[in-house]
Amino acid sequence: MKNEPNSTNFLRWFDPRNRKLGTLAFILNRITALGLTLYLFMHLIVLGTLARGPEAYDSFIKLAKTPAILVGETLVIAAGIIHGLNGIRIALNSFGIGTRHQRLIFIGLMVVAAGCIAIFVKSMFFSH
Amino acid sequence: MNETHWRVTFEIFRQKTGQPCHFDEYVMDVDPDEYVLDVVERIWAYNDRSLTFRHACHHSTCGACGMRVNSVEKLSCITPIREVARNGGKVRVEPLRNFPVLSDLVVDMGAFYLRLDDAKFSQVASLKDACLPFERKQQVREDGSYERLVDCLECGMCISACPVALTTPEYLGPGVLAAAQHAFHQSRDTSLLDLVDDQDGVWRCHSAYECTAVCPSNVDPGWRIMDLRKNILRHQISKIFSRRGQSR
Repeated sequence: MKNEPNSTNFLRWFDPRNRKLGTLAFILNRITALGLTLYLFMHLIVLGTLARGPEAYDSFIKLAKTPAILVGETLVIAAGIIHGLNGIRIALNSFGIGTRHQRLIFIGLMVVAAGCIAIFVKSMFFSH
Repeated sequence: MNETHWRVTFEIFRQKTGQPCHFDEYVMDVDPDEYVLDVVERIWAYNDRSLTFRHACHHSTCGACGMRVNSVEKLSCITPIREVARNGGKVRVEPLRNFPVLSDLVVDMGAFYLRLDDAKFSQVASLKDACLPFERKQQVREDGSYERLVDCLECGMCISACPVALTTPEYLGPGVLAAAQHAFHQSRDTSLLDLVDDQDGVWRCHSAYECTAVCPSNVDPGWRIMDLRKNILRHQISKIFSRRGQSR
């Protein structure tokens, strides 16, 4: 184990043990950013199916309505909401706004995120 | 064992230059109200004279005894055993993270101190400037002639706790950025903003605020980094307007 800073230490970013709420926010931001980046690439690949004609696209739409894909979409929405709201906290702090109350702001925004995610889950899984 | 005598196992990180690291265990009879550093000193005195660690003042003024106690950065001279262990339990003592280990619990903080010099770190400030702006100000003379040591102990615990410093050796780190903010607050020297307005300066911070959480001395590096960002933005905007004013 290297004690000095090293790019190979990046897995330790995701270790929340003995750390405070700020590290949880940091970890959430990293995971959601990685998830959204992965989704972006997958989305571009899916859009590429449009070029293969209507049949290929229709078969994709059929696949997109399966429960596994719906769960994946829910995770994308959750990641977008969490990343976006946490980004608002960071942006506000960077302008010197609410820096001393960043913990409370984070908790408040995550409560809002949980509410928004719950609404999306309800509309995606229970509205039919 | 009773309420004033506990038996606690100390797991101490050991590593000499160029050798692999390991942990040595020492079963110690302790008073739960004594401090972690007292026990580390006793281990050195009675169990293992080859154990190396830094310490000086024993009252949280010098910042030399910063260590990780059960994975959390602590000044070991003011960390009671009772706070980190229970009777029959274990205490793991490791060196600060994000610094090269020289020997056992001693890390090389040379690069950190040189960066503090670059940030024009001043160890003494007027009473007015030594406080955080939102702190209750102490009564000072009108002429501001009273001075005191600034809060930063240069212990390096903020850098150890910072998740970004784990992976980026070029990152100036919270302690240095806090020093730059303090110097800028005193002098309004814009060269300090140029120093920290960099991808390895204030913009590398990812707002985890672990630096503020572990700081033993009310420096609040997280707040100071954000204050620097605000001042950089203000400075850049004022530069744009001053250029437009000159071109007219």
